[in-house]
Amino acid sequence: MSLMPVVLWTDGLVFLLLALIGAFVLYASRHEHMRAPWRRVVRSRVGVATIVVLGFYVVVGLLDTVHFRLALDRQGDDSAETRYSPEVLSLLDLALSGLRERQEKTYSAPFATHLFVKEAIEQPDGTLLRDYPRLEYGGAHLEDPARQRGFDIAWRAAWGALQGLVIWALLTAGILWLIARSRGETPAATRATVLAGRTRIPWRTALATLGIMLVLSAVAGELALKYHILGTDKVGEDVFYQTLKSIRTGLLIGTLTTLVMLPAAVLLGIMAGYFRGWVDDVIQYLYTTLNSIPGVLLIAAAILLLQVYMSNNADDFASLVERADLRLLFLVLILGVTSWTGLCRLLRGEALKLREVDYVQASTALGVGHFTLIGRHILPNVMHIVLITLVLDFSGLVLAEAVLSYINIGVDPTMNSWGNMINSARLELARDPVVWWSLTAAFVFMFALVLAANLFADVVRDAFDPRLKGAR
Amino acid sequence: MTAYIIRRLIYAIPILIGVNLITFVLFFVVNAPDDMARMHLGEKRVTEEAIQTWKQEHGYDRPLLYNPDASGLGRFTETIFFEKSIRLFVFDFGSSDNGRDIGYDISQRMWPSLAIAIPVLLVGLSFNISYALFIVFFRATYVDIGSVVLLVAMMSISGLFYIIGGQFLLGKLFHLVPISGYDTGVEAWKFLILPVIVGVIGGIGAGTRWYRTLFLEEISKDYVRTARAKGLSERRVLFRHVLQNALIPILTGVVVVLPLLFMGSLISESFFGIPGLGSYTIDAINSQDFAIVRSMVFLGAVLYIVGLILTDISYTLVDPRVRLQP
Repeated sequence: MSLMPVVLWTDGLVFLLLALIGAFVLYASRHEHMRAPWRRVVRSRVGVATIVVLGFYVVVGLLDTVHFRLALDRQGDDSAETRYSPEVLSLLDLALSGLRERQEKTYSAPFATHLFVKEAIEQPDGTLLRDYPRLEYGGAHLEDPARQRGFDIAWRAAWGALQGLVIWALLTAGILWLIARSRGETPAATRATVLAGRTRIPWRTALATLGIMLVLSAVAGELALKYHILGTDKVGEDVFYQTLKSIRTGLLIGTLTTLVMLPAAVLLGIMAGYFRGWVDDVIQYLYTTLNSIPGVLLIAAAILLLQVYMSNNADDFASLVERADLRLLFLVLILGVTSWTGLCRLLRGEALKLREVDYVQASTALGVGHFTLIGRHILPNVMHIVLITLVLDFSGLVLAEAVLSYINIGVDPTMNSWGNMINSARLELARDPVVWWSLTAAFVFMFALVLAANLFADVVRDAFDPRLKGAR
Repeated sequence: MTAYIIRRLIYAIPILIGVNLITFVLFFVVNAPDDMARMHLGEKRVTEEAIQTWKQEHGYDRPLLYNPDASGLGRFTETIFFEKSIRLFVFDFGSSDNGRDIGYDISQRMWPSLAIAIPVLLVGLSFNISYALFIVFFRATYVDIGSVVLLVAMMSISGLFYIIGGQFLLGKLFHLVPISGYDTGVEAWKFLILPVIVGVIGGIGAGTRWYRTLFLEEISKDYVRTARAKGLSERRVLFRHVLQNALIPILTGVVVVLPLLFMGSLISESFFGIPGLGSYTIDAINSQDFAIVRSMVFLGAVLYIVGLILTDISYTLVDPRVRLQP
């Protein structure tokens, strides 16, 4: 099967971000003063547990970032060149193709075997009966759902849990073997220390979290083969699939926004503090002006304009996905414009302090150029502030996405995002009986991500800024 | 003091001009008046004549920034920028696209916004401070750890959830309060109680955590140790010394947001159907009424700057060590 890779704008930025993280890891691993705080992070129990949880989200998000178009089947003649389907898919779509393609007619509750609304069903004898029809896919393998369903679900869940446990056991054995080798002990001794929780890196917590996450994913995966485990939405799309697809949107907004605002904030902040004088005045004017425009209104204005522009130039966009992607990129940019001022002000204050420090004064006296000085002395000394801001901002941005999409100035309505799910669910609560699953799914997944990010941010902040230790 | 305030007010003028330039560029240069006219007259197949008439009626038939046809100062005043943006400086907001006076609308819709924002602020502030004091009193015990976990969890829940959950529980399940809507006069309290509760609960996580940090920072200072060494009881130390000193950052933090209370809350007002400034803005965004959005941006910027000035003044009032340079 041949395929054509598609790199959307945001995909490109994600790859850039990955490259930057890689470069940063290389840099940090060679400098003790950067390595020490990270060591403190991985030695905290909350730290490793949240890293594992965030890791699961990141893997799903990355799988959803590799996009391509599948080749269409050639009909007959081999001479024609390969044509590609106009639909842009990702690795995640491919992995979840079962979920993606099993569309029902409309709402159905989690684990339901019947549709949520009554329909006229034609009986074999020709009469019409108003009843809840069977789902096309959800629990379709059951002959007598009322009797078999409970047992079937329990059986499949147990089977999924077993699979998860096996994977976990294999992974754990591998990790334990690696630890044992690096410590130069027998595996049995290592197992005993890890079990007693006496390792410096809390492996026990890490492995336990990994186990829980793996078992949960395996159970969900096994059940999702036969049921809609989180129900279906108005057009019959699987809610579990939508939630997983939303992860990428959330992660992207949380990380790319900081990425795009970073150059401006770092450069201008340090310049204002270092050069002072008129440079400082201009930069301060710039961020006070931007700050005084209410953020939501600036975003609204920008998105509104983009909409007008897009409807006027509808032909410029090849596909819906590209259009949605461009809107996401634009949203990230405008969120960056509204959020760089805080970091900029922090860095300005720090640079003001640093330029008076003895070693900077000494370099100035020795005739070191301004930009060498900034690169060598100022920048490395404000890195921890940048890093702390980066992780602290993440969860706020994920939550902001939901609110913005709710008032229609967030991501494109065709794009999967938690905000869009909540937005479409607001009318569902008014139904009787209530359609609660879409909303619940979005909230639970969002809550887990934001909670993990918040806890992780606290650990990182404590590790990099020990002055604040305990003052959580 | 007076000299300082006057100087700050003069400084505000270039900032406001900057704000106006940014909104102007966003609205007029990127989205030309022709496009606007087309949008309002209904997308496709609009005659050139209709566009010109619409532009004339709404005052968009002038050059954007510089008018070469006029003479003298008119070159700058007879332009869209001057007509639409500089007038905002005297709070002349003009009229919205459907012909209503924006200034009048704002003065009407301000009150429902304040009716929610002020109770949320007061109740939230007193609750958060009391809770933070309670946590600090029992610091480093299970009460502390449990509370911090609870606060982080509350912070991680989307604000939308509190609104939807509150509406569902109190409004739909228990029928205690109306789900949304508004009434004039005293009868409004029924409609206000749910938004206020939701607003307070939504702010507990971040607020209490922040105050706890402030109190803990204060409690590790020398004067607290001295107070304890004198033999003061923990309660007395906490309420007489720590609370009083920690109130300085709390108060200045509150003063910044005071003027912005007028702007109302975008989300909860539109959710609860309250005719305040927040829902006014949302409606304007959704109906693409740029005149209203522009006015609200300007108003927001003015209030933000007022907030900054008030903060500086409040510093000098509560902390005599701070002196403002005249």
